[in-house]
Amino acid sequence: MSEKRIIPIVMPKWGLSMSEGKLASWLMKDGDKVKAGDQILEVETDKIAGAVEASEGGVLRRRIGQEDTVYPIKTLIGVLADEDVPDADIDAFVGSYVVPQAEEGEEEAAGPRYEFAETAAGRLRYTKRGSGDKTVLLIHGFGGDLDNWLFNADALAEGATVYTLDLPGHGQSTKAVSEPTVAGLAKAVLSFMDTVKIDKAHLVGHSLGGAIAMEVARQAKPRVTSLTLICSAGLGPDINMEYIDGFVASASRRDLKPVLENLFADAGLVSRQMVDDLLKYKRLDGVGEALSALKAGVFAGGRQSAILADVLASSGVPALVIWGAEDKILPSTHATAASGAKVEIIEGAGHMVQMEQAGRVNGLIKVMLSG
Amino acid sequence: MARKISMRQALNEALDQEMARDPTVFVMGEDIVGGMGGDGEKDAWGGVLGVTKGLYSKYGDRLLDTPLSESAYIGAAVGAAACGMRPVAELMFIDFMGVCFDEIFNQAAKFKYMFGGKAETPVVIRTMIGGGFRAAAQHSQVLTPLFTHIPGLKVVVPSNAYDAKGLLIQSIRDNDPVIFCEHKNLYGLEMDVPQESYAIPFGEANVVREGKHVTIVTYGMMVHRAMDAAAQLAKDKVECEVIDLRTLSPIDWDTVLESVENTGRLVCVDEAHPRCSIASDVSAKVSQEAFKALKAGIQMVTSPHTPVPFSPSLEDIYLPSADKIAGAVRKTMAN
Repeated sequence: MSEKRIIPIVMPKWGLSMSEGKLASWLMKDGDKVKAGDQILEVETDKIAGAVEASEGGVLRRRIGQEDTVYPIKTLIGVLADEDVPDADIDAFVGSYVVPQAEEGEEEAAGPRYEFAETAAGRLRYTKRGSGDKTVLLIHGFGGDLDNWLFNADALAEGATVYTLDLPGHGQSTKAVSEPTVAGLAKAVLSFMDTVKIDKAHLVGHSLGGAIAMEVARQAKPRVTSLTLICSAGLGPDINMEYIDGFVASASRRDLKPVLENLFADAGLVSRQMVDDLLKYKRLDGVGEALSALKAGVFAGGRQSAILADVLASSGVPALVIWGAEDKILPSTHATAASGAKVEIIEGAGHMVQMEQAGRVNGLIKVMLSG
Repeated sequence: MARKISMRQALNEALDQEMARDPTVFVMGEDIVGGMGGDGEKDAWGGVLGVTKGLYSKYGDRLLDTPLSESAYIGAAVGAAACGMRPVAELMFIDFMGVCFDEIFNQAAKFKYMFGGKAETPVVIRTMIGGGFRAAAQHSQVLTPLFTHIPGLKVVVPSNAYDAKGLLIQSIRDNDPVIFCEHKNLYGLEMDVPQESYAIPFGEANVVREGKHVTIVTYGMMVHRAMDAAAQLAKDKVECEVIDLRTLSPIDWDTVLESVENTGRLVCVDEAHPRCSIASDVSAKVSQEAFKALKAGIQMVTSPHTPVPFSPSLEDIYLPSADKIAGAVRKTMAN
């Protein structure tokens, strides 16, 4: 029975392409008391750095992983246990620990890791995780893709069925955007929900994805259980057009990197790989046209063209608004425009708050799902 | 992006997608189909290294096997380009380009300038470069500096499958003559390559490794040797920034100069001979524009000023190795 009180800390898997990560630093010492949600250590991947949080409370009994060392995902790098578990049991646990093999149905066995849906809006890439009764659909923002939910999708899938998708013009979805407006993209999301048979979902939208989520609620209220709007568009007219213009125009790493630094409170999070991946996306045939069309359709004249704050108030759909206090793209002052919604402003985070403060954001969304 | 393919497959895919997109694109060269005019399988060869294999069944006569006369078919390709087509001519080895210098240097490169900017010559000449293939002096050269020297030509040298696809697509869409150089030893190298079509702009170097102590500027197969050297040096806490030029003409001076301004040290690596090479070109530019940033003399690592030897053991010594590159880096660090 004592095994139940020993909790392994393993190298996490953030996103489908991660195979290993570097233990950058321990944030706690042996013997430290840990509460669920506390940050225990920092991990760096080629995409981004992030903190590993305790899934349960306990005492950090053993730090196995060395700092500045790369480990494959699922490797045991630490042990959390109750105070009264004997050291011998911990030794035995560490000694007999076997890295779990990919389960049946996991990516290796199941073929393609990403799936594609043929919708009325074209071919859209998506992922599906978890199997809970509740359904969550995560909608990224302008120029983003489903990997913007790298630190969120798995955590949310612990208690729900979680979908992420690439909007038309983005990621590996069709680059043709037939209606480059918030209303048009909302139609594409509804068409995606039809294709993969999502009747009703908790919608979580980031940035432009937030405006799209509100518009989905406006067009088809019965299909939306709740709305979580993260640094959301659609709540006010202001937008940092310098960022949008720079993002659309930049064709080299030198130009794009300073633009992307606006997305985070900590500009150091913009890694080479992140810039490279975005350049690779921007070079694909059709992306330049799609981004320009969206820019014109959604932010014409340097203002947000769809203001949906009243939708929230009148719809009666439960809503949560989350904002990074240091958002340099959309001002956090827009957060209060959503009357009736719960508002959370998170310090020390910028526009990509769901990456920079993933634990906080995941916790807030989970409360929303259970409410 | 989840799919890994070789540089050979990436080049084939680039040709395939551009031929599908634009009916004026056609491919010609020696044995690019192989078997034409005979009784056997028509698409027998796909070029000496199989890059065009399979395209004949899709595009038929838009792939032309040519006689063994480089001057004739390169001339034909240049003429077709001047008349509105987008030919991609495969000229097996860059070493054989000597017999069609006039078509390339005096005609293709000059049309735009001789006809008041009104003539465009969107021809691509694909060719193999490089040593390490035990193919002796007439099949192993890296003559990239010769072509870089000529105004009006663009010179492209991919170092991996992702760049190969995007740069070949850009070459075909570009309105100037492009000498597209494929290193023989890189055809089998695999990496993630998007299925979708994409173009990598010319004149944009790729910083393949970031570091603050020394800048290594190189291209082609030497990118991999420089990366090996950088990995070796990292163990001794020497951090190298490795720049893959990707295109030699146009060349991305900004990235090179910015990097040297940060590191203060430069090692130029070139598989070509040392005199009038890309290495000497980059050295000259940096000493001219960033002299004050330099903390030590510039080092060059190149092949010697002799033909490529046929003897395998001599050829191995002849080519710049990771050890030689690491040695040059240590020399700049000693100052």
